[in-house]
Parts: sequence; structure tokens; C-alpha cells
Amino acid sequence: MASPSDLAVSEMDFDALPERSWVDKIKDTARKKPLGAVSACAVLVMLLVAALANAITFYDPVQNAFDSMHVAPGAAHWFGTDQFGRDIFTRIVFGARTALFVGFSASILGSTAGLILGVGSAYFGGRFDLIFQRFMDIFISFPLIIMALSVVSIFGTGTQNVILAITIPLIPRCARVVRSSALAIREIPYVDAARALGFAHVRIIFRHMIPNVMAPYLIMLTSFLGQAILLEASLSYLGLGVQEPTPAWGLMLQGGAEEYAESAPWIPVFPGLAITAAVFAFNLFGDAVRDTLDPRLRSE
Amino acid sequence: MTPDASALESGAGLTRNGEPGDVLVDVKGLKMYFPITEGIVFNKLVGLVKAVDGVDFRIRRGETLGLVGESGCGKTTTGRCILQLERPTEGEIFFEGVDLTKLDQVALREYRQKIQVIFQDPYSSLNPRMKIGEMIDEPMYVHGIEPDAQKRKQRVSELLSVCGLNPKMADRYPHEMSGGQRQRVGIARALSLEPEFIICDEPVSALDVSIQAQIINLLEDLREEYNLTYLFIAHDLSVVRHLCHRVAVMYLGRIVELADCDELYDNPMHPYTRALLSAVPVPDPEIEQNRDISFVAGEVPSPINPPPGCVFHPRCPIAVESCSQEVPALRELKPGHWVACTEV
Repeated sequence: MASPSDLAVSEMDFDALPERSWVDKIKDTARKKPLGAVSACAVLVMLLVAALANAITFYDPVQNAFDSMHVAPGAAHWFGTDQFGRDIFTRIVFGARTALFVGFSASILGSTAGLILGVGSAYFGGRFDLIFQRFMDIFISFPLIIMALSVVSIFGTGTQNVILAITIPLIPRCARVVRSSALAIREIPYVDAARALGFAHVRIIFRHMIPNVMAPYLIMLTSFLGQAILLEASLSYLGLGVQEPTPAWGLMLQGGAEEYAESAPWIPVFPGLAITAAVFAFNLFGDAVRDTLDPRLRSE
Repeated sequence: MTPDASALESGAGLTRNGEPGDVLVDVKGLKMYFPITEGIVFNKLVGLVKAVDGVDFRIRRGETLGLVGESGCGKTTTGRCILQLERPTEGEIFFEGVDLTKLDQVALREYRQKIQVIFQDPYSSLNPRMKIGEMIDEPMYVHGIEPDAQKRKQRVSELLSVCGLNPKMADRYPHEMSGGQRQRVGIARALSLEPEFIICDEPVSALDVSIQAQIINLLEDLREEYNLTYLFIAHDLSVVRHLCHRVAVMYLGRIVELADCDELYDNPMHPYTRALLSAVPVPDPEIEQNRDISFVAGEVPSPINPPPGCVFHPRCPIAVESCSQEVPALRELKPGHWVACTEV
């Protein structure tokens, strides 16, 4: 038996390659994807604003103040006040909390459930996969908003139910994409090796397949963020989402759009801008994540 | 078609140093047909790919059986059936007297520990998201071979050394290694379960020649050290001659010739084996120019619709009328030398 030192393969220098620090990697990525970097910053700012909402606002977001209704934007109220005298800037900042909480919860829950179901479906294959995918087809055939509306009408309104309503239609969309990647992974010999080693199905799915479909999962997750925020705003606007007096962008729009579009345009305009900016930033961020993770689009 | 089992055994099961071992693997009438279906909801069967169509062989403990043949002849499928990665359409696979085809997934786990595999492609047979150490550690953890994590780590280092790798490589990912190193990891992973039988599915065909020699020597050393039994699937005839005790030649899902290694190479009887051996180039230009190469005309027929009778008859130089009607059974023409041909 040859001892290891006889073999050229073991003579390699292990410290030859210097590790690049993560700061360098981030700088590198930002140079290549300026839009992605900007959107990532916007997302970060939004997260900070939501986290520090109490510190950066001066008014109560819920308390009515009838002595200062319909105040135009100015030094005291940067974005003006609404029909109940509440400061719009404060409500937008607190609204970011609602939007981000619902958006992150729904897209993380939805895409994670989709990940597990999609990989499971691909792994077991055959008849199970066939029937399961037809079920997914039924769910996908409804537009997001219709599906969400029907879930809300079953379970009722409120933050938790809104999250549920957005999560459910997202699951099959992620499951379908992840499944197609997992189908390819399933045919790679390391999955056969895992089966030959006598591993249980759960172990193969969680340890050997799921880590290898993280790229499509993260792409779907980030692209869902914008959609989920928009959906939450839509549901709230229709009165089926978050309920008053909780500050939510869709609700603020609903309260202000028709009545005050001419007399006090700041009431609907600022929440509208907030929705636009958030969705735009998350979509750009999602695109940047996709470009970075999808090897087919990678330029290197 | 199916040769008498007791006769197949005679004279064939001696290991190279002459010690007879007991029969470890016994494959009887193995058939693997893959269905070709049409339609999305209601699958209509439109054909069968007869990847393996009635294969019998036995492997004794400590022996290495070579399985050779060209691409698509069913060598790999035979290996996958023994591993139970495919459930065979028909036939029995006895391992230590237990029919693996009758076991369910849970009962099979115990046997999976004893039967391991080394894959052809060292690039795709390792999970890219796992470190080398985790990969070798995991089977021992799952099968409870060594419950203590610290001792398992020790064992991983030992296995890496045994396979000619630096134990420090346990912290590396597969993409940081060369093809030969990865194949060594694959071997270490297979050894982690202390198997008795290893199916080597073309373990060296994806490697370059100098590395091939290293891996072959490693497999040889391991065979002696751990008293392993191999089914060595390959298409490189010189590698097979070097490593194997007996060789089975497959053509279109069937074994056409089975003999001791030297006997098969020195005295091939089946026309297909002769053509296969004469296709190996001789590394001497003068001999190469003047030697008689028996070419085989035509292409391999499709396994969806194999020719009737002897599957080789449309291309066979010595075929006669009856070859297209009758499926030739394996006949023992010399002790331990089996040929499926009526005309030799």
C-alpha cells in the first residue's frame, strides 16, 4: 500500500490561494451591478427606517388630531396630514413596517414551502409528481390577486390572514420553478450515490438536493418580495387587507385617492410613491440576485 | 438461455491465488426493460428498451469480475440493478443468499452498507455543496457505524490517507480538487461503510492515463487489504485484463462470453469478443500495419427492437441461417469458458 506521501496529489500547497474577503466581494459585485447595488441600498434603508420608526418620527401614527386636518406639506408635517390629522410621513414610516413584515413573511413562507414541495415532487417523481403538479396547475391558473382575494374571503381580514393570503398563491409558483431544477439534480450521480449509501428520503431531499437548488430558490424569494408588497397594498386598498387604524400604504391610498385627489393631493400621492419606490427597489434587487446566482446569465 | 447454475460455478470461482471463496453475488435471469410511453395523463406504452435482457453470472468472495462491452450494451444498468437503484423487470439478485429484488427500501438499507459503488464521473458523483470530510462522515453517522463524532473524524482522516489523499483535504469542497483526487474521495466514501462488494462503474474512464494507473493500483491494493469483491464495469480492455480474474463480455443486453481473464484474452471464441479484442491497437507500428483486424460491419441494433435469435447475427461474420431463429444459450466449451454461440 502506497503511503500518502508517495503520491504527488498529497504534496499540494494548501495555502496557495488567498481567500478574498467578503468586503472585496461586495465591492466587486457593486462595480459590476450598479443598479443592483443601488436597489440593495434602498432595501437596506427601508429596513432601517422600519426598524427605527419610533426614533425618526415625531407624531403618533394612529392617534387622530382633529385640530390639524389636511395640513399641506411643510416644516411641521413634511408630507402633510390626512383627513384625521395624522402625520403622513409618520404613517408612511410605520407603514413600511407593515409592508416589509407582510412582504418578507409571505415571500419567505411561500417560497420555502414551494422549495420543499417542489424538490419532494421531483425526487419522488412518477405518479406522485404527476398528480401533485396538476394540483399546482390549478393554483397557478388563478391570478395572484384573485387567489389572494379568495383566501381572504375564506379566512377573513387582518395581518396574519393577509400573509396567509399572499403566501398560498406564491407556493405553487416557486414549487414549479424549483422542481424543474430539482429534476435535473435528481439525475446527477451524487443523488444516486446517496441512495446507494442507504440514506433516508428526507435526508437526501434536505441535505443533498435542497442545497443544490438554492439559486432558483433565492431568485424566486427576492422576486416575490416586490410582488408580495404590492399585493398587500392592493388587498388593503380594496379593504380586504390590513385594517384601520394600522398604518399601511394601501389603506392610506384608499382613504385619500378619490376624495382628496384634487383638494389635498399629498394624501394619496405620498403613499403611492412609497409603494412604487418599494416595489421598484425590490424588483431591481431581485433582478440583481438573479443575475448573480443564475450561471446561465453570468458573464464570467 | 439460462445456463445451469451449478455448472456455471464450476472452475470459475477460483480467486487468483487459487482459494475458492463462497458465492457472494448471484445474478439470475436479470432483465431490465425501460418503458417508452406517450401521453401526459394516460400513459400509453409504445415500446420497451431492453437494456438488460437475461443476464446470469456469479461472483465469488474476493473475486473481481470484469464486465465489458461497448456503450449502451447494458453494463451500467446491470450494475444499477445490483445496487437496487433500478428495480429489475425480472430476475433475481442474490447477495449472501438474500434476494435483493424482494426487499423493501427499509430492509434494503442493511444491504446497502455491504454493497457500494464507485461512479464513472468524479465531477458529478460528489455533492458540490458538501465538504469532503462531511461526505465521508455522513454514511458512518447514518448507519451508526461510529456514534462518536470525534472518532468518526479520526476515521475520515484514516480513509483519506488510505486512498492517497492528505487528511487536510477533509475541509475542502469538491470543486477545489482534481479529477483523480475526486475519484479517490469517491473511493473513500464507498469504503466508509466497510463494504464487502464494490461495483466499479467505469471508475477510470473519465481520468487521464497516468491517473488511471494510480486509481487502478489503489483499487488493487484496497482489494487485498480489505478482501473486497469487485464488479468492474469498463470498456477499456487493457485495464480489465490487469485487474480482473474473470471477464464477461456483454452485447446488447446479453452476456456473449464469460471466461477466466487470461483465457478470454488469449483464446476468445465468440465472434464479437474476437472483434472487440482485435480492435485494441498494438503499440508497435509494424505489427499494427500487418496484423489482421476483424472489423464488424454495421451498427449496434436498437435495444428497443433487438434482432430475433442471436442478437449479434446481423453483424456476425460466421452467422448461419439458424442464428436468426434460435437464441444461443451459454455453453461451456472449456472448463470455465462459456460462450453464447452455436457456431464455435
